[in-house]
Amino acid sequence: MKTESLTIGGRSYSSRLIVGTGKYPDLDIMRLSIDASGAALVTVAVRRIDLSQRGGGRSLLDYIDTSRVALLPNTAGCTTADEAVRVARLGREAGLSDLVKLEVIGDERTLFPDNEGLLQATRVLVKEGFTVLPYTNDDLVVAKRLRDAGAAAVMPLAAPIGSGLGIQNAVSLRLLLEEIRDLPVIVDAGVGTASDAAMVMEIGADGVLMNTGIAGAGEPIKMARSMRLAVEAGRLAYESGRIPKKLYATASSPMERLVRDDS
Amino acid sequence: MTIVCNGERLEALAGATVSSLLETLGIASGRVAVEVNSRIVRRDEFPRLALRDNDRVELVHLVGGG
Repeated sequence: MKTESLTIGGRSYSSRLIVGTGKYPDLDIMRLSIDASGAALVTVAVRRIDLSQRGGGRSLLDYIDTSRVALLPNTAGCTTADEAVRVARLGREAGLSDLVKLEVIGDERTLFPDNEGLLQATRVLVKEGFTVLPYTNDDLVVAKRLRDAGAAAVMPLAAPIGSGLGIQNAVSLRLLLEEIRDLPVIVDAGVGTASDAAMVMEIGADGVLMNTGIAGAGEPIKMARSMRLAVEAGRLAYESGRIPKKLYATASSPMERLVRDDS
Repeated sequence: MTIVCNGERLEALAGATVSSLLETLGIASGRVAVEVNSRIVRRDEFPRLALRDNDRVELVHLVGGG
């Protein structure tokens, strides 16, 4: 059974799971993990070429089958709108992709986004024809501003990047999902294990983006498969319409014609 | 002439272009992005764009990230 696909900026992807390409033990494990995750979109970072290693070694793109998996360059590490715009432009040239995962970081220890910078950069990049996916916090008002600025999706965090804490503010996230219905909401960051991913999908997220949760696991390839199943399970549960929660028991078997001692 | 490439000072031959710089450095032009003095250089400009003394050149590529 297949859940409907994820559509961002007019393009459809066969999986609701987006995975990162950083922090794997090696590039072969990364490649096999991407395969196991079923992801159709993977994030990549933009960095200076190390001039001391000229010509040597294989590059990341030798390990990604770009005929099956689309690239989503990010602006990780940028702390101002100007820096993020610059890196986005470079990423477009290097990755031949109009998609950008826009990060403007406002705080070093938490890696929380700088919403003012994020909005500024979104406006500039949308004007330049980018499909902008901003990494934001779980704030409905900011999400609305990003939508109005022309973002193609909003990507609120579940918990700090790389923390593996799972959803920390379920109410905020659920309110955001209730109110932002006209563009995809992809929960980005904080997923630690399969149940976190399933939970995100059960409350109605359109997709999940994760990196450390897979790359940092003891067995990344196995965890990638686990996340794939969790995202599918969570989405199916969401589409199925769960039962209401009740405080007391309701019997599942008939209460009539019970076998009794009639004496 | 001297250029600043990825923050390092490099000696380049007069008349060097973006293409010849990449070749000298052993960098394949396929998936590299280039900026000269903060302006993106499109791939089809690589053979034509001549570098000048004190140009600031950025050579970037894609690496693993989240």
